[in-house]
Amino acid sequence: MQINGKAIDFETNVSITELLQQLKLDADKIVVEVNMKIIPREHYSLLLSGGDEVEIISFVGGG
Amino acid sequence: MNIFLNENSLSVDEGITAYEIKSQHKPDADVVILNGFMIKQDAILHADDCLTLIQKGTVPERDELEAQLIARHTPGVFQKVKRARVGIAGLGGLGSNVAVSLARTGVGKLLLVDFDVVDPSNLNRQQYFISHLGRYKTDALKEIIYQINPFIDIHTRNILLDPSNIVECFKDVEIIVEAFDNPQCKADLVNTILAKCPDKYIVAASGMAGYFSSNTIQTKKMMGNLYVVGDGVSAAQPGCGLMAPRVSIAAGHQANAVLRIILGEKNI
Repeated sequence: MQINGKAIDFETNVSITELLQQLKLDADKIVVEVNMKIIPREHYSLLLSGGDEVEIISFVGGG
Repeated sequence: MNIFLNENSLSVDEGITAYEIKSQHKPDADVVILNGFMIKQDAILHADDCLTLIQKGTVPERDELEAQLIARHTPGVFQKVKRARVGIAGLGGLGSNVAVSLARTGVGKLLLVDFDVVDPSNLNRQQYFISHLGRYKTDALKEIIYQINPFIDIHTRNILLDPSNIVECFKDVEIIVEAFDNPQCKADLVNTILAKCPDKYIVAASGMAGYFSSNTIQTKKMMGNLYVVGDGVSAAQPGCGLMAPRVSIAAGHQANAVLRIILGEKNI
């Protein structure tokens, strides 16, 4: 699958939650889009499929 | 032919010059602005030129003031921004600076949203004064903007934004500026607007703490109608503070992104 434009291979299907754990990202501070659709936080158990295009924005504090 | 003198249409003879108009209409004017540029030499006018005459040291009447406030704008910008409606979520270092920039540009309607009051630790980067300490940021910022441009239609909400009230709060604006401090609030606002209001534009910010290079702060167009400003990594945290220069650079990026969206320049 493509994550932020980079191809990454996984041996088995992973959920968004598992992907976030691998990337060390906090689910409360991000926006996730899969195939151009925003995924609500309560659906992060969704399994990703090969070929999915995933975009993740992670926010840091300050303003 | 027709020209615009202080934003009002005026019929003039072909070949007339800026200084001839000045001597006819405001001989004491010492600032002559032609199509957004202050001229120091006389110039022949052409159809649809915008000329503004300003006499220094005087406060103009209200009906003349608005034209004089925007005399240095690029021609055509003011008429478009006047119709725009922008919401600002969070009135700290980002939001107070974005609001003032957009007010100076003449954005017609601003919705200012923040639950908090001004405290002394805000003054190192936010637009407030000592006299505002303890007052709601919404009220303080409204007062500041009225001192800059009294023609802006300002609406305020003293609420803590969360996913339950975001859609209702911003229903009457087309563009939303995410200007929170807290990263979870940033994500909540952006997630909610992108998922539930896909026609609106949102200009968010992430990464403007410290005194790292100015040039790492960028505007990026991301998913949907989302723009994100910042270096993406410099978090406010113990040992890395928030200071006026870099925060106002990010706020400037956000305000210019809003202006460009209003003017139809949707790409970075």
